[in-house]
Amino acid sequence: MMYFAPWKIALIALACLASVIFSIPSFFPAATVAGWPNWLPKRQVSLGLDLRGGAHLLLEVDTSVVLRERLEALVEGARNELRQARIGYTNLSVSGTNSVVVRLRDAAQTEQARQLLIKLALPVQSTSGLGFGTGPVDMDLSSTADGQLRMTLSEPALQERARNAVTQSIEIVRRRIDQTGVSEPTIQRQGADRILVQLPGIDDPERIKRLLGTTAKLTFRMVDVGADPNAPAPPGSEILEGDSRAERYVVKRKVEVAGDNLVDAQAGYDQRGGQAVVNFRFDTVGGKRFAEITQQAVGQPFAIVLDNKVLSAPVIREPILGGSGQISGNFTTASANDLAVLLRAGALPAPLKVVEERTVGPDLGEDSIRAGLISIGAAAVLVVIYMVLAYGLFGLFANVALIVNLVMTLAAMSLLQATLTLPGIAGLLLTLGMSVDANVLINERIREETKIGKSPMAAMSAGFSRAFSTIVDANVTTLIKMALLYALGSGAVKGFAVTISIGILTSMFTATVLVRLMMVTWLRQRRPTLLPV
Amino acid sequence: MYKLRLIPDNTSYPFMKGRIIGLAMSAFLSVISVILFFHPGLNYGIDFKGGIVIEARLQQPADFPALRTLIGNLDLGHAALQQFGSPNDVLIRLERQGTEDSAAQRAADKVRATLQQSYPGTEIRRVEAVGASVSEGLFRDGMLAMGLAMVAMLIYIWFRFEWQFGIGAIATLVLDVTKTIGFYVITDIQFNLVAIAAVLTIMGFSVNDKVVVYDRVRENLRKYKTLPLRELIDKSINETLNRTVNTSITVFLSTLPLALFGGEAVSEFAIVLLFGIVLATSSSIFIAAPILLFLGENRLRRGQPSDQPEAKAAAQRP
Repeated sequence: MMYFAPWKIALIALACLASVIFSIPSFFPAATVAGWPNWLPKRQVSLGLDLRGGAHLLLEVDTSVVLRERLEALVEGARNELRQARIGYTNLSVSGTNSVVVRLRDAAQTEQARQLLIKLALPVQSTSGLGFGTGPVDMDLSSTADGQLRMTLSEPALQERARNAVTQSIEIVRRRIDQTGVSEPTIQRQGADRILVQLPGIDDPERIKRLLGTTAKLTFRMVDVGADPNAPAPPGSEILEGDSRAERYVVKRKVEVAGDNLVDAQAGYDQRGGQAVVNFRFDTVGGKRFAEITQQAVGQPFAIVLDNKVLSAPVIREPILGGSGQISGNFTTASANDLAVLLRAGALPAPLKVVEERTVGPDLGEDSIRAGLISIGAAAVLVVIYMVLAYGLFGLFANVALIVNLVMTLAAMSLLQATLTLPGIAGLLLTLGMSVDANVLINERIREETKIGKSPMAAMSAGFSRAFSTIVDANVTTLIKMALLYALGSGAVKGFAVTISIGILTSMFTATVLVRLMMVTWLRQRRPTLLPV
Repeated sequence: MYKLRLIPDNTSYPFMKGRIIGLAMSAFLSVISVILFFHPGLNYGIDFKGGIVIEARLQQPADFPALRTLIGNLDLGHAALQQFGSPNDVLIRLERQGTEDSAAQRAADKVRATLQQSYPGTEIRRVEAVGASVSEGLFRDGMLAMGLAMVAMLIYIWFRFEWQFGIGAIATLVLDVTKTIGFYVITDIQFNLVAIAAVLTIMGFSVNDKVVVYDRVRENLRKYKTLPLRELIDKSINETLNRTVNTSITVFLSTLPLALFGGEAVSEFAIVLLFGIVLATSSSIFIAAPILLFLGENRLRRGQPSDQPEAKAAAQRP
């Protein structure tokens, strides 16, 4: 216990040196560190959002919308199928949360209708990828003798659809945020239908929230010219409002071309009026489709619809064959830019709601860091003074271990890329106190052993070995708690758990190994007859 | 070299004489804390209740009556306004906005927009908006963390010591946690996620302290085969007294600056910890040890029948 082989001493020295080296970058501004040569360590302690400023947003995917859309698609599909087959029906509607019903005028046509409607079922998009085409479908079709048909979406299919919507949303959110140029965003799924987005250092959280809060479902549809916007819409059409204007349009439900078919969108200015517009380009399929409708419908207005609001409804003057077009509307330069970002990234399958927001401005973060540094400095001075007063030379050894422990914690956090948060600074201070605890235990033990008449070497050896199991017990209990806090806590509190855990582990090394080495070396050189405890 | 010894060496305070009064005091304080917990109850922060906190720095010293009217006119329920740091800094708290999760977000946006409109140049330093169901989830997780921590401690100490030690430590922990909750009610400090971290940290101190005393009891049980348990526990506490005091002081000293200079948000956390340090230290001596004495009498000495009558006799001495 009290003998250190030269290679062990070398190893301990190396560990201390390495932690000093790896903690150095954290003491300099990021810009300075970036300019360092590559052979120097560059990893810094990553600061939590509460210290560096930024936004923490918890978004919830409204999966009920996806399900409703599927039901509405079923209604629309059934209408088309039955009409084409000239089967008379009444009361075609969504019923409850997961089914669509229709009553046939002539019950004798039930079987024929069945054959048509069963085609509306879609295969369940199974993540396993097997059973393509022959796998389970998302809908059950039942009929009664009096000519009522009921299409019910199955529970697994609904769940699968909701899950896909969340996965897809995460992808779209990622693309949108990448477009805004935020550095180091964190985007992850949380629970069944939530997405956690962390954006360090952003100065305009409002813009990001606007971007994420827009579904951005873009469709090109024909305007139902014959219908009156103030009367109930005819079947197959719906009444939509204009964007920010009190205008109403009757628009066909049928989507001619959708935003999915866009390959690019850029903000620009209209060549005539100088108004902000969004220029877009279709992919091959979209371009062809767009060419077709513009050829067929010259002279008629078509509507550009974004999230159920009509952006504009220009009249087609001539066929548009080039596969590109322009959206005009009530845009400012910024909003045209944002719409371009949204269109490039694609539409969200379902609306997102912000259910939790925590935003910290950069100035507040700086204030917190300053307060934290002052506290750490003051705490270190107080503890160092007390330890020297209480234990003299051995207190000094403990103090060296304390400083090394702080440096080591910092180095470990930099290497592990653990996040330092405001509660984490508190954790750092607590480990300062707790790491000294191990040395208090050891020193008290050495005192006791000395008092019962043991030689300095024997007392020291007994002091360390006896105190060790106590130190382990005390620290393991704290580690268990911090693990729980990490698992169940969130955000800043997690940082507290991480900081304390790392601090405890490093303190086990500094308090027992490093201090022992210092004491033994001192003992060998001085050979005192009485220990100064 | 001069050494500071707050506790003289070789003390032999008869701590166990005060066991009844210690336990009674502790139980009394804990019962009061539990009553306080139900009435008036904890001041739950928005983490656990849902709601909004906005910290804003105005260009000029804040005119609170005007601000109150301004925010009040938004019709968002009860708004609490508070000066926070400098006279220009305002902290606005709004209560939970209905059951819908996104309502908190909409209300926060409203307040933010109103502030920036009425006081141009206002710096919004911090916004926290927590939806109703999110806060319920956070509360559940927080309580779960505390509960699991208790169970984990019980299992660990049970595993490392005899069961009497485990029960002793957990009973003390329950008493400590209830008092900490009581402290939260009395000081009206917000009970939020950070409070869970504070309670868990105090639990950590407390168990840490108990482990040190229990470790010594266990060691002495092996060393002094015939010493009555009561004297043995007293001896163990006295032997570890210097350590207990010194550790508590160093942890206290390292937390104190945080309470003084840590800034508005962290200082509350630090104040609770300071309370917890004192609490955990005293409970090791006056609660955990007496419980061990009650539970361990006759039992911890099994296997040495000759000791039993002596232990009983010791316990009966006034």
